[in-house]
Amino acid sequence: MKNTIKDIIKPYQGEKGSLIPILQAVQEKTGFISEDAISTIAMDMNMSEHEIYGVATFYTQFRYTKPGDHMVKVCLGTACHVRGGEQLLDRTENILNIKPGQTTLDSAFSLERVACMGCCALAPVIVVDDKIYPNVAGPKVEKIISRYSSSDEKE
Amino acid sequence: MDFAEIREKAVAKWEALQSSDTPVIYLGAATCGRAAGIEAVAEEIRQISKELNLNISLVEVGCIGPCFLEPLIYIQKNGSPPVCYGKITPGKIKKLLEDYLINNNPRPDLALGTLGNGRISGISGLFEYPMLKHQTRLVLRNCGIIDPDQIDHYIARDGYLGVKKALEMNSLEVIDVIKTSGIRGRGGAGFPTWKKWEICHNVQSDDKYLICNADEGDPGAFMNRSLLEGDPHAVLEGLLIGAYAIGANHGYIYIRAEYPLAIKRLEHAISQMKFYNLLGKNILGSDFSFDIKIKQGAGAFVCGEETALIASVMGKRGMPMPRPPFPAISGVWGKPTIINNVETLGTLATIMRKGGEWFAGFGSESSKGTKTFSLVGKVKQTGLIEVPLGTPLKKIIFDIGGGIADNKKFKAVQTGGPSGGCIPAELSSLPVDYESLMSAGSIMGSGGIIVLDEETCVVDVAGYFLSFIQAESCGKCSPCRIGTKVMLDILERIKSGKGEIADIDKLSSVAETIKNASLCGLGQTAPNSVLSTLRYFRSEYEAHIIDKSCPALVCKDLIKYAILEEKCAGCGLCRKKCPADAITGKKKKLHIINESICVKCGICYQVCPSKYGAVEKTTGFFDVERDF
Repeated sequence: MKNTIKDIIKPYQGEKGSLIPILQAVQEKTGFISEDAISTIAMDMNMSEHEIYGVATFYTQFRYTKPGDHMVKVCLGTACHVRGGEQLLDRTENILNIKPGQTTLDSAFSLERVACMGCCALAPVIVVDDKIYPNVAGPKVEKIISRYSSSDEKE
Repeated sequence: MDFAEIREKAVAKWEALQSSDTPVIYLGAATCGRAAGIEAVAEEIRQISKELNLNISLVEVGCIGPCFLEPLIYIQKNGSPPVCYGKITPGKIKKLLEDYLINNNPRPDLALGTLGNGRISGISGLFEYPMLKHQTRLVLRNCGIIDPDQIDHYIARDGYLGVKKALEMNSLEVIDVIKTSGIRGRGGAGFPTWKKWEICHNVQSDDKYLICNADEGDPGAFMNRSLLEGDPHAVLEGLLIGAYAIGANHGYIYIRAEYPLAIKRLEHAISQMKFYNLLGKNILGSDFSFDIKIKQGAGAFVCGEETALIASVMGKRGMPMPRPPFPAISGVWGKPTIINNVETLGTLATIMRKGGEWFAGFGSESSKGTKTFSLVGKVKQTGLIEVPLGTPLKKIIFDIGGGIADNKKFKAVQTGGPSGGCIPAELSSLPVDYESLMSAGSIMGSGGIIVLDEETCVVDVAGYFLSFIQAESCGKCSPCRIGTKVMLDILERIKSGKGEIADIDKLSSVAETIKNASLCGLGQTAPNSVLSTLRYFRSEYEAHIIDKSCPALVCKDLIKYAILEEKCAGCGLCRKKCPADAITGKKKKLHIINESICVKCGICYQVCPSKYGAVEKTTGFFDVERDF
């Protein structure tokens, strides 16, 4: 793990202002920002851990716990909001039995709310992993989630 | 290879594609097209072409705008004009390919129109299609037409001629062209682009930075995403022109991580630019050298603010700084820095090519040129549009958008995102320019237009934007940090029916304080959504407070669902779908909602078959029949 983090940092070393790209690369590779990752970055970049936490927690992109196998993101941009995004989130919470920011007990799903995926013309939308589902009004979301319910049935 | 040679080859390549003997199918493959399922359509085309023994080339293009018709494909047969078809599903492919490519019937009944100048009998031009007819496409001229991954397509359509022309002038002359064009920043504030540039140009420094702000944070706007996905080189050429004008040697594109496809397109485009010596040292043989790096935003709305963006580029918390010093004098690493919006940059090449006067010929007196908007919400034809500034709102909503969806009544339009406000239907003849929107209590913003119908509660919309701003407030200055929270608490109270009439004055007074005392633009505009709705829809606030009712039937705490005895057929659909198990009833017998456990999700209302229409939604002390 430590070596993975070190490998990620290497190309950025000596480059000014590279903390955010490093954190992004770590999250991309390992799924989240672990305490170990922060201490390794602090050591290698000659920064304090506090400073790194300060920067990381400012941005909503970063997670500090291991996410589930599938990431479900409910868009709550304006267009989605006026076309029923809140209800979509409620429904998704009910189906998965978790709140945004949480992961199901079987680690199959994590739920997040996002501000806008830029697909406003197709609102409301839900994103599972990297796939965007358009016009998810009404009970449609159940079907979408059920496609991913068994981890090996990944689309 | 010099540029003339590159251009000649590019033109030949583009023309060869257009007159190709083998059929070409262009796929609308921007994020919106992908969301709507273009990938499955493409897969089906590959399958069917094998089955039918057809040799077809597939070309990915960006988004041409009418997103509500996605997925879109254009079929070009033996060099005839590409025919556009909308709402294509894999199931429609086989018949369509057989009809057109084998039996020579282009299916005018399904076609939306043809691209380009030629015509096919029975099919009109795509740009005569109602949604496209009223638009003027300068910025979006290539979107949905060229393959964004092919720099040659861009070059063949006069790409990089703008920067070539700029390099033949001195930098002050370039600034002068932009001054004549009258273009103002398309990111929201509307500051004249040339003025910003001139300040930076006049500062002496070995290093200067030009940043493209692609942190399209307004939730409900996607113009920048579409432009970057559909025509990345237009924006990159704009960066070159801007950099040359101000004397910058470093460029950044600060783009939100939520736009992975746009990032991919940009990375690819940058590598192609390097290959053609359009980036790096001595660009096109001139003395001008420039490089561009991509920085991904990490999810913070406030980073759209210039000083916050600069902090973020330097790897810090994205918190705004008091100005002066202005970034044009001291920005990234203390060096002169200019930040221009994606659309501003995307317009520059065309201005350079066609001249400042030409561009100034579009638009209104104070707002020159065209502007892209994302037209969304409760409108029939949603999508990405471009119109001359000064176009009346109603033209955008009714002529381009086709009016309000589902025959509902037009209530208001929200512009400018979280920093903007709601403009009521009565003011729909308002011209869309910087000053008019400002005087109506909203702003231009980056170009989100969200249409609201009678089923939208303006108190809820104001609350939505306020909760967004409150969550995104960086916390540095107290008027914004505490003020937005106080306002949100009051609004939540009103929405839940616990408001008092004095709350309206409290909202206005806190709003004024936040407006006057906040450090940055985010705070200064934060109360706009509330102030504008109070200005035009005060009675709706009063209904929530005095009557404890939500006239639009939106605010959960003020509505209830009930099943009408005379209409319920006992089909049981609502009972099966109710997530809270709040509905009981035997088959073919009346069903009843247990109000104490109902979570008011509205599923029963949505799933009750329309032939019964047995679930009703009511509010306050009144009947649903009552005319608010």
